[in-house]
Amino acid sequence: MSAPPPALPPFAERVRAAVGDAHLHEAIDRATGQLQARRGAAFASLEAADLVRDHARAAKLEVLARLDTMLEQFEANARANGIAVHWARDAEEAQRLVVEIARAAGCRRAVKAKSMVTEEIHLNAALEAAGIRVVETDLGEYVVQLRADRPSHIILPIIHLTKEDVGRTMEEKLAVPYTSAPQELCALARERLRAEFLEADLGISGGNFAIVESGSLGLVSNEGNIRMVTTLPRVHVALVGIEKLVPTLVDWERMVQVLARSATGQKITVYTTLVNGPRRVPPAGTPAGRIVDEGPEQVHVILLDHGRSATLAGDEAEILACIRCGACLNVCPVFRNIGGHAYGDTYPGPMGAVLTPSLRGLPGWEELPQASSLCGACRDVCPVRIDLPRMLLSLRAKGVERGPVGLVPRLFMKAYAFLATRPRLLRLAMKLARACARRRARDGWVERTPGLPGLLRGWTEQRDFKVPAARTFDDWWERRRGSA
Amino acid sequence: MADATPHPSTPSRRVQFFPTCLVNDFLPEAGIASVELLERAGIEVERPRGLTCCGQPAYNAGFRAEAKRVARRTIGLLARTVGPIVVPSGSCADMLVHQCEELFRDEPDFLAIARAVAARVRELTQFLVEQSRPPAARAAAAPQRPRTRVAYHPSCHLARGLGVTKAPVDLLAARAELELVPVADADECCGFGGMFSVKQPEISGAMLDRKCRALEASGAEVVASCDAGCLLHLAGGMRRRGLTLRACHVAELLG
Repeated sequence: MSAPPPALPPFAERVRAAVGDAHLHEAIDRATGQLQARRGAAFASLEAADLVRDHARAAKLEVLARLDTMLEQFEANARANGIAVHWARDAEEAQRLVVEIARAAGCRRAVKAKSMVTEEIHLNAALEAAGIRVVETDLGEYVVQLRADRPSHIILPIIHLTKEDVGRTMEEKLAVPYTSAPQELCALARERLRAEFLEADLGISGGNFAIVESGSLGLVSNEGNIRMVTTLPRVHVALVGIEKLVPTLVDWERMVQVLARSATGQKITVYTTLVNGPRRVPPAGTPAGRIVDEGPEQVHVILLDHGRSATLAGDEAEILACIRCGACLNVCPVFRNIGGHAYGDTYPGPMGAVLTPSLRGLPGWEELPQASSLCGACRDVCPVRIDLPRMLLSLRAKGVERGPVGLVPRLFMKAYAFLATRPRLLRLAMKLARACARRRARDGWVERTPGLPGLLRGWTEQRDFKVPAARTFDDWWERRRGSA
Repeated sequence: MADATPHPSTPSRRVQFFPTCLVNDFLPEAGIASVELLERAGIEVERPRGLTCCGQPAYNAGFRAEAKRVARRTIGLLARTVGPIVVPSGSCADMLVHQCEELFRDEPDFLAIARAVAARVRELTQFLVEQSRPPAARAAAAPQRPRTRVAYHPSCHLARGLGVTKAPVDLLAARAELELVPVADADECCGFGGMFSVKQPEISGAMLDRKCRALEASGAEVVASCDAGCLLHLAGGMRRRGLTLRACHVAELLG
């Protein structure tokens, strides 16, 4: 489970394919450009936005500092609400729990809300293997499922597709006439999904927030599908990462304010749901047939670890404060050039480049923290101010300590540290480097030349290399001092 | 520590200049222009002997032991001096101001020294504006000849790391012979990122492509920045792509 799927080509190949994909860039640019503008406007409308962000950050850090006791409190309060609480150490345990709950209740047809944690544990494949039909009900995820694709963004699963792509998918998979009009495409999906909702006996969701003080789940959506997933079927199962707790309902309110603004540039999501448990049993003496409460007969919450406790103990614990808004993806120049699939796992972009190696272990994922220029746009945009560049750097350091870093970079860095602490030798080395570079240069620049050594090859693949100056700053300084 | 921190309202007569490795060997003209700019503002410039590099190349690549060796030496040399430390490169200044905090977090004794040095570090344009000694503005004089169209590239570590966004722009805008032109997505990274540029050349190159297109579309003749790494990357990238734009350090335009 922890290794990348064997079918995954190497990172460099995934990057090369994505960088050359003009269609991908067009689709991503269109979406991220709009999102960034809307986010800016939405935050401008929030009074004391910086304070709200500080509060949201403090609430998440408080949870991480006392996660063990907070989880126990949440469990107790959720149980008091009639919610069955389960614990899953890893993906297999979580899959097994969902299948067992479904079998025990005799469920055969599941409808699903969009949930990254269910992507993380590959829940759909496990359900289908157990003979349970599962249908994604988020429009984007529905299209992903129709195409047997993977989501490429944590908020916009099909950011890599255009409306024309969606039209062709529906034409092919649903046998309907082609259209690229968004309203018609939505109407088509709505019609198909309505039937699924009415027939489903199992609703599966994630959980944006698990509120400790009330033992309830906070969910947000814009399509209304989560309301139906959590109320229409007889049984509701929510998969929630253990880091998703927030202490109080006041914290939850602030979280929703920054989440909606950061994710989609809305002041609040169209549907903001609190799940407080299953439908209540009618009190004694209630006339037969009178409806006293609605909703599912059973509500289950599965609290998933899957690498989170191990992450909490390390330098990258702060990533567990992430509220999955996706804002860091939208501003990331790397994400915008390579898209989400190139990251190879559930979580793309800067948060994914930290979270994936943290949850799954660094081996096999060392390249992800390297895929950043450390520009810091992610840190600036993060609603809970997570210092992503700091953790990209700590993961790089771990890669050097334990990972398969090649001999050439190691020797290069040794040589660098040796020379950079010996100015006279460095000066000599630079004169030598200049002499070598000059032999290959034209007008003072080394152009694309085959057969160059490693670092110079990487540089000249994309840009010309400036030959070191004949007279350095130090030369100038010393000459000036000498003549003064 | 408070003694070592120059108060913004107290003009500093003498500064320590840390040219940085890239400026020293690849862009000496930027270092020379910086020194001349400071001296014209009436500031005495000293260059501590034996300074090389801040350690950033190793730090950003995850080589902490190597980064420590280099940074420890540089900080040690700077700690023996007094007064503001002026650096003509945003990311090197950020390395000393912010990253060394993380690098030496397990060494409280040395961290105290590093912090005292960090408190004295100023990026060149930041220093000039803080000192309220921007080079004499000539905005009042009507330009005699067509102004040079300049695109300012805010390097990420200067803008997001040190929070210096206004100083370089104000200094450039005060010059009558320069016309600042807007660039689309100006605050987007140019794709340099130190070792990132050679380890991930495809991604870095894709970012560079976008930046070059935006700069070309801006109609600028010169792109100016306050970071030697970004400048070398941009200059080499524009040359490869056949652009005629020139890349230079902000200091060179203020001369």
